[in-house]
Amino acid sequence: MKITLNNRDEEFEADSMTVSEMLEIRKFTFRLRIIKINGELIPRNKYATTLIHDGDNVQMLYLMSGG
Amino acid sequence: MNAEEIAAHLGNFRVGIAGAGGLGSNCSALLARSGIGTLVIADHDRVERSNLSRQYYFEGQTGMLKTEALKENLSRIRPETAVVIHNVFLDPTNISMLFRGCHVIVEALDSSEMKEMFIETVQTEMKGIPVVAGSGIAGWGRNETLRSRQIDETLYVCGDETTEVSGDLLPLAARVAIVAAMQANTVVEILMKMH
Repeated sequence: MKITLNNRDEEFEADSMTVSEMLEIRKFTFRLRIIKINGELIPRNKYATTLIHDGDNVQMLYLMSGG
Repeated sequence: MNAEEIAAHLGNFRVGIAGAGGLGSNCSALLARSGIGTLVIADHDRVERSNLSRQYYFEGQTGMLKTEALKENLSRIRPETAVVIHNVFLDPTNISMLFRGCHVIVEALDSSEMKEMFIETVQTEMKGIPVVAGSGIAGWGRNETLRSRQIDETLYVCGDETTEVSGDLLPLAARVAIVAAMQANTVVEILMKMH
């Protein structure tokens, strides 16, 4: 399937995958982030159960300590 | 628009600021100077000597609550800006109540866990209200890595999204102030499009 990930077209082998699986496949596992799918924020406790489908617009924002 | 028209327009709005540290205190000062009508500021810390290296406080204010010290400083910059302060620790149960009525909210918290909690809460409980987050401010130099990007209509992020504050990588005044100014600039940009 093809999705848009941070405004870039990305291709994955699966027809659908959970947010957790996508993070694992892309090795994005090491820090805190905000994830939105088609404008809807996905809380961290839903990463394992929320599916990403073909054509979805996935946005990620990385959260670094310091303020 | 002339300067008076811009200030008159920005005077109609209420902006929330979560955290009154390096990002929040500097961002608040810039927003007051820009003519924002009301600032709603939440923090639970007191001013420490070490904060003076980058935060908008002065010698003589150490020991004061940051919210109270910042309100004092903002009134000296521009008394026309109303400042509402909440001396609280933010959690998912109080955020939407404390920032009710805000047209835009600045996320200026310290830890990444707090940032995540705050952004998740505002985006789910205050749908439609834009959040301007700060992420990645540590160190010095590398101006070209600091950026501002719009995720969608209600989420913006300023900073390099890479550097984490740690014992080896401290938040130095100039880089913190650049990101605080980027956040304030983004707030003004959002409000100039609002009616």
